[in-house]
Formats: sequence, structure tokens, C-alpha cells
Amino acid sequence: MALLNNKNKSVLFNPLSKNNPVIVQVLGICSALAVTAKLEPALVMGVSVTAVLAFANVIISLIRKTIPNSVRIIVQLVVVAALVIIVDQILKAYNYEVSKQLSVFIGLIITNCILMGRLEAFALGNKPWPSFLDGIGNGLGYTIILAIVATVREILGSGTLLGFKVIPQALYDAGYENNGLMILPPMALITVACIIWVHRSRNKDLQEKNN
Amino acid sequence: MKRSLKNYFDKIKPQFRPGGKFQKFQSVFDGFDSFLFTPNTTSQRIGVHIHDNNDSKRTMIIVVLALIPALLFGMYNVGYQRYLSIGTPEPAFFDAFLYGLLAVLPKIVVAYVVGLGIEFISAQIRHHEIQEGFLVSGILIPMICPIETPVWMIAVATAFSVIFVKEVFGGTGMNIFNVALMTRAFLFFAYPSKMSGDSVFVASDSIFGLGSGQLVDSFTGATPLGQIATSGSLTPAVTGITGNELSLWDMFLGLIPGSIGETSTLFILLGGLILLFTGIASWRIMLSVFVGGFVMAFIANTFPSATYPGSAISPLEHICLGGFAFAAVFMATDPVTAAHTNIGKYIYGFLVGALAILIRIYNSGYPEGAMLAVLFGNAFAPLIDYCVIESNIRRRMRRAKR
Repeated sequence: MALLNNKNKSVLFNPLSKNNPVIVQVLGICSALAVTAKLEPALVMGVSVTAVLAFANVIISLIRKTIPNSVRIIVQLVVVAALVIIVDQILKAYNYEVSKQLSVFIGLIITNCILMGRLEAFALGNKPWPSFLDGIGNGLGYTIILAIVATVREILGSGTLLGFKVIPQALYDAGYENNGLMILPPMALITVACIIWVHRSRNKDLQEKNN
Repeated sequence: MKRSLKNYFDKIKPQFRPGGKFQKFQSVFDGFDSFLFTPNTTSQRIGVHIHDNNDSKRTMIIVVLALIPALLFGMYNVGYQRYLSIGTPEPAFFDAFLYGLLAVLPKIVVAYVVGLGIEFISAQIRHHEIQEGFLVSGILIPMICPIETPVWMIAVATAFSVIFVKEVFGGTGMNIFNVALMTRAFLFFAYPSKMSGDSVFVASDSIFGLGSGQLVDSFTGATPLGQIATSGSLTPAVTGITGNELSLWDMFLGLIPGSIGETSTLFILLGGLILLFTGIASWRIMLSVFVGGFVMAFIANTFPSATYPGSAISPLEHICLGGFAFAAVFMATDPVTAAHTNIGKYIYGFLVGALAILIRIYNSGYPEGAMLAVLFGNAFAPLIDYCVIESNIRRRMRRAKR
């Protein structure tokens, strides 16, 4: 079996656009609102979710035949919780500042709907390698949207990008001011909505039939 | 003149019809045509509706007329406050008015150009008729902003509001929230330093040499509500910008610092009379907003506390200060976003009025609560209507069963 045959390719790349977990399935919105005020925490969050999702998918996929159906949610939760704690500890050890900014939201990866969705819908019925790719793909799809939202919000809200000033001082001297609303969660919602708007108008097949 | 204009419009009309040269601009043509001339068609004579040609453009124009007194007074007040702050307590009427006119006019022009521009473009894209809702919003937006708000901020906020509060919901008549108030809310949360505080409610620059001079020593730019919120005592002193004590009559007349159109309760009520006389605004809403505000302020005033200095102010003063009267007359009565049932209108109005005073007094972060109260009321209006209609249905069902 080729490592990247057509089926695996679509498993990996579909979640980036056509089947994006955030803007098409509208999952994982809470964290997309909470951690996207600045780009750096958003990227760290994206990488963390990708890592947890990929490994949880692999582990669940490996033991999928031995999990009793009636307790599968609990098994999934145990696996995810263990991985989240590992990620949390690594972040605390190597990037304490960002870990403090993300505060509870790393721990809340456990409740991220994307994780449960992928474990239920994919890992329970597929082999480890496609499950791994599915985790990476969905994680990246999530990260892309977080990065776009965070870029917009950080530039307009703080005038910086990854902590560097990108809006020239001359503009501030001319009377420009940072948009305080961009820092607040409502604008994250509206930014996500705008991305969905653009995405759907470019992909006609995603538009629902108007009855 | 009028006849020749009409003839000209009729002559060029075919070019804007399907197949004509300017077919794409049909909505622009229709917009101007029905703006200038009353359309000679009404809806079909079927059903139970009353038919006349008083379309929504005519309605909007009357609201704009009702706003004019408060706007003109606001312009005079802007100039008056400026001259007061540079030590001319008795400025010539014309100087003060001209200064205010020059200070306010750019804001009105910007709000109209940005808002109508977006309306025109979206009407073209969606092949709709141009809708007239912005005629009123465009004049409301400058009136509820402080005089020192930069025009580019008004442009950004207007664009945001027209697109995300009105157009995405389907245009005029479909919006959940009041467009003008959302513009102000956007400004309030995005640029708080330009929307509240001590330095934005009195103009600070001379315009074309008008109103140039040094600030007097006793100058303070805080609005009465701002002074009350920060006083922290049971007897808050309310003064004008040069330290003179304000009486209830001053607050009612409105020669006090504040957003451009909101200061004069007298002229706002004058506009309110026009609205009530022509039957455009609902007297139920207007009345119940005032009642709600009065009751809430009365309750607070019965139990005054130094932690919440607003509670030491009498109910009448509360109604005359800040944007309460403006919100009651022009904002809460917006027929699109208010409750539609008669009982619902009383509940909605009372909720808005009571909340405005509640926020004003007991939330120390916001010295003025009228904007937030109306937006909150907007969000609840459909629920209120639903409950009123459902309870009516249930009552009639019970009666039918008996």
C-alpha cells in the first residue's frame, strides 16, 4: 500500500478547504474565539491540537477492535486527556509565556468538538496510517483558520504581528488608532463569519439549496 | 422646474429598463426617481391592507425633519461650548452656530457618503431596489457621536454597521439591531478613548479661524453624567464646562457638554411631537421608556448610596441628562427593531427605560446606559412579541373551549 495513494491524499488534504473542520463543519469554534487575539498563541494552539488529534487518532485506531462499543466515549476521553496533559506539561516546560496566555484552553482541548468528531467518525473505522493523516489534516485545517483569524485580529487590534510592530508609527501620528473591538471575542466571530462567507462564495458546491 | 425634471426622468427611463443602455443602473435610477417624486403606483388592491402612496421614503423624510431641531440646536451647542471653553461666555449666535455647522457637517457628509455608497453597491449586486433606511441612519450617526470623534472612525464604524448589521440580514427592514446605535456601539468598544471620558465632548480646535483662543483655567470637559459617576458622594456637584452649577432647566434646555444631538431634551421632545403627530413613532414605546426610566430612577433615588452616586440624582434630572431622551424618542421607537404588538411595546419600552437608568447608576464602568439598553431591548423584542402572541392565542383557546 502506497503511503500517499489517492484515498490517503484526500484524507489529508480535504480538511484543509472543502471539508474544513472550522469553517465547513463549524466545530471547535470556542477555542477559535478564545485564543486568536494574538498570532503566537493561536499557532501554538493549532500545533497542540494537531499533535493531540494525530496521536489520539492513531491510538484509538490501533485499539479500535478491542474497545467495547458501550464505553468507547470514555476510552476516547482517557486517551485524549492523557495526550493533552503531556502537551500541557511540554508547553509549561519549554514555552511558559505562551502557556500562561493560553491558560485553560490547552486543558480544554479535551472538550474540543473536532477531537471527538474525528475519533468517532474516522479513527474508530479506519487503519492507523489513514487515521494519522486524518488527524494531521484536520489539525492543519484548524490551524490555518486560527492563523488567519489571529493575523487579522492582531494587526487591526494591536498593530503588531507575532509581537513585531507592522503598522508604521507615521499612521499613528496621523490619528490612526488600534481597534479595541478586535481584541474582544465578538470580532473573532465576525472574522470567522467573513472567512466562511468568502469560502462559500468561492466554492459553489458548499452552498445549501435555497428552498 | 419640477415639470421639466419629471419630463426628463420619464424620457431617460427606458434606458434603465431591461434591454436599455444603462440596464445595470436600474436600481440607482429607481432610487432617485422615487426619492424625488411620489410613485404613482400602490400595492395591489387585494387583501385587508390600507393602500396609500406614503411609501417608506416619505416616512423617512419626516423622521429626518423631526431630527432637524435637535441637530440645529446641537450645532449651536457645539459652537457655544467651544466659545465658553475659551472664555467667551456670550458668543454671537451666528459665530457659535457657524462653528458648530463647520464642525458637524463633515461627520454628516462622511456618514451619508459611506453608508449610501454601500447601500447603492449592494443594491446593484443583488439587483434590489435601493432601500431608504439609511436616510435616517445617516443623520442619526453623527448626532450620537461626541464632537471630537475623528471622521475616519465614523466612516469605519458606518461601513461595519451597514454591512454587518443591515446588509447581511437582508437590508432595510430586516435588521435585528438599530443600525445607528450599532455604529455607536462599534465606536464605543473599538475606540473607547474617543467615545468617552473628559476630552471628547467639547471641540478643541479652531476651524478657519473661528473659535480660536486659549482654554480658560477653570475648564473641565466632563459631561454631567461623567462628573456624577466619578464623584463618589451623596451630593454630586454637576457643573458646566467652566464650573458653573447646572440647574434642572439647564439640563432640559441642553447647553451642556454631550454628544452632538443628545443634549437638548427640549428640542428632542419637539421632534418627538412631530413623530407623534404624524403617527410615525409609537406613543406607547415613547411613553413607556420614559415611565420605565422614571420608575427605575425613583427606586434608586429612594435608596441612595455613595458607592453609586447616580442614585443621588432625582429622576427628572436623570431623564434630562445624557442620551436618555434621545434614545427614548428616536432610537427605541425604530419600527424595525422595536416590539410590534401593542402590549409588547409597553414591555419593551419599560425594559429599555429601566435598563438605561439601571446601567447608568449601578454599573460604574458605563456612566451612560441608554445605548446598551436599547440594543438589549432590540435583542429581546422578538421574544417579547412571541410571548404576547402566544399568551393571546392561549387565552382565546381557553375562551373557545368554554
